[in-house]
Amino acid sequence: MLRYAVHRFLSAIPTLLLVATLAFVLLHAAPGGPFDSDKRILPAIQQSIEAKYHLDEPLWRQYLRYLSDLGRGDLGPSFQYRGTSVNEIIAQGFPVDLTVGAAAIVLALIIGVAIGINAALRRGSSEDYGSMAIAIVGISTPVFVVAPLLVLVFAVNLHWLPAGDWVGGSVKHLVLPSVALALPYIAYIARLMRASTIEVMNSPFIRTARSKGLPLRVIILRHALRPTLTPLVSFLGPAIAGLITGSIVVESVFGLPGIGRYFLTGALNRDYTLVVGITVLYGALIVLFNLLADLCYALIDPRVRLR
Amino acid sequence: MRPTHGFWRQAFERLRRQRMSVAAGLVLTAIALACLLIPMLSSSDYYTPHYEYLSRTPTLAGGHWLGTDPLGRDMLLRVMWGCRISLAIGITASLISVLIGVAWGAIAGYAGGATDSSMMRAVDILYSVPYVPFVIVLTLLFGRQVWLLFVAIGLVSWLDIARIVRGQTLALKQREFIEAARVSGTHGAAMITRHIVPNLIGIVIVYATLTIPTVILFEALLSFLGLGVQSPLASLGSLVADGASEMQSHPHLLIIPAVFLALITYCFNYLGDGLRDAFDPRDR
Repeated sequence: MLRYAVHRFLSAIPTLLLVATLAFVLLHAAPGGPFDSDKRILPAIQQSIEAKYHLDEPLWRQYLRYLSDLGRGDLGPSFQYRGTSVNEIIAQGFPVDLTVGAAAIVLALIIGVAIGINAALRRGSSEDYGSMAIAIVGISTPVFVVAPLLVLVFAVNLHWLPAGDWVGGSVKHLVLPSVALALPYIAYIARLMRASTIEVMNSPFIRTARSKGLPLRVIILRHALRPTLTPLVSFLGPAIAGLITGSIVVESVFGLPGIGRYFLTGALNRDYTLVVGITVLYGALIVLFNLLADLCYALIDPRVRLR
Repeated sequence: MRPTHGFWRQAFERLRRQRMSVAAGLVLTAIALACLLIPMLSSSDYYTPHYEYLSRTPTLAGGHWLGTDPLGRDMLLRVMWGCRISLAIGITASLISVLIGVAWGAIAGYAGGATDSSMMRAVDILYSVPYVPFVIVLTLLFGRQVWLLFVAIGLVSWLDIARIVRGQTLALKQREFIEAARVSGTHGAAMITRHIVPNLIGIVIVYATLTIPTVILFEALLSFLGLGVQSPLASLGSLVADGASEMQSHPHLLIIPAVFLALITYCFNYLGDGLRDAFDPRDR
């Protein structure tokens, strides 16, 4: 398994290289430059700024320079936030994304698994149909619709929670963003769990456990839970890509200082290094979580052999 | 199974028995007709501001059934235009992604060997590319032209279809009629276009239908972030974004486009599920 992990880790390098190259080329091909929107400045000053950031060099030299910096883990200086490096911006913003994302995943796992198992055990009841109908609505309703509606209900009308802002990540400010981010995943996980629980509960080893007279709680927690979680694990890998998208939306709706917002404003201001750096980070996260999902898969299900 | 009926007839019969899918199809047809006809028949337009009636709430009296926006423009017309744009983007981009996906998957699956593994390796790598950030970068490259947005979204959403088509092609390759065609001298491009692709039509229709709502949501997301359709033109996403900024005083501006967006995506998802059962009855 260690060999497998190392192999996958190494094969991530060309992927990330591609991501960096694509982002770099596309951004530089886009019209406009990082210092175009500035107020009228003397051509000499403009030139010296561009020289400072090596923007006067041919594109291929900028590219090679960027790659060699990237190889050393240096994402370069931000153009938009003068005097700040992209590494610093990410170090500042990423904890916000991590907090909201982790809260959303935990929320989605707990609620989604509970709803899914409950629906499966009461299969065919109105509770089952009701929760699955709501789940379909939850899956097809995008975050950018859910988030403003949550603000409308819980912040504007009921005044229970703040409508936005971060304030150092207090729990009160964390609730609405992470719920908005979690809702589609709650729905998706509930559907996955329902299907896999129904399948597992019909298998012979559960029948054996039942015929031994074990109480239902023990059957579910000790015997059924582990095999039902397998499809969930393979879902959580790809889910990270959706979480990244969601975090960009949630940050702009709630005004959170995460990297998604830096990415958006950076893209609009042609902050080349900031945008490429964050894109590479996103790519790395996707690769990492897919790898983790595959490893967890092998841990949960002993029949899976990794090569 | 009634073997006397043809492929299309059978699929249609099976689809008809799925009540939710039929209902979804009817709702979509109604929305499509409405968003084509209402702007044509209306005496007003979606872009001229009317300062004498700003931000009216929906009412049956007075002609503005869904109210007006903060510039006095009729919401019914704006939402119908939004549906037009969203449906057009969804269908066009899905067609592009289906074309690329089918070609890529069918060639990889039919060629096999090193071609197959390198083409599918490329798909694997592209799966790790963070989608939405890339489309955001692409919108910068293409400026703010709507038709380029169609193309950009189509260009990045063909991966699933390519994988599915390749799998189906691998299975088809083992069948006798392919062997028969090969014996009678068909190969290469002719084999793919004449024998492989026509037999994939069912699964392609299903995934095209399921791609449309994801593309619509994708576009809506971009417009919500201010990167898609530009004012005064509206898509459902930009209407939701405009509504979100006004929700405190006029919640109907948020709720109406949100409901239409949700309705369209639910209906396409239901229709797609129904089509999957209709075209591929083994896969239940």
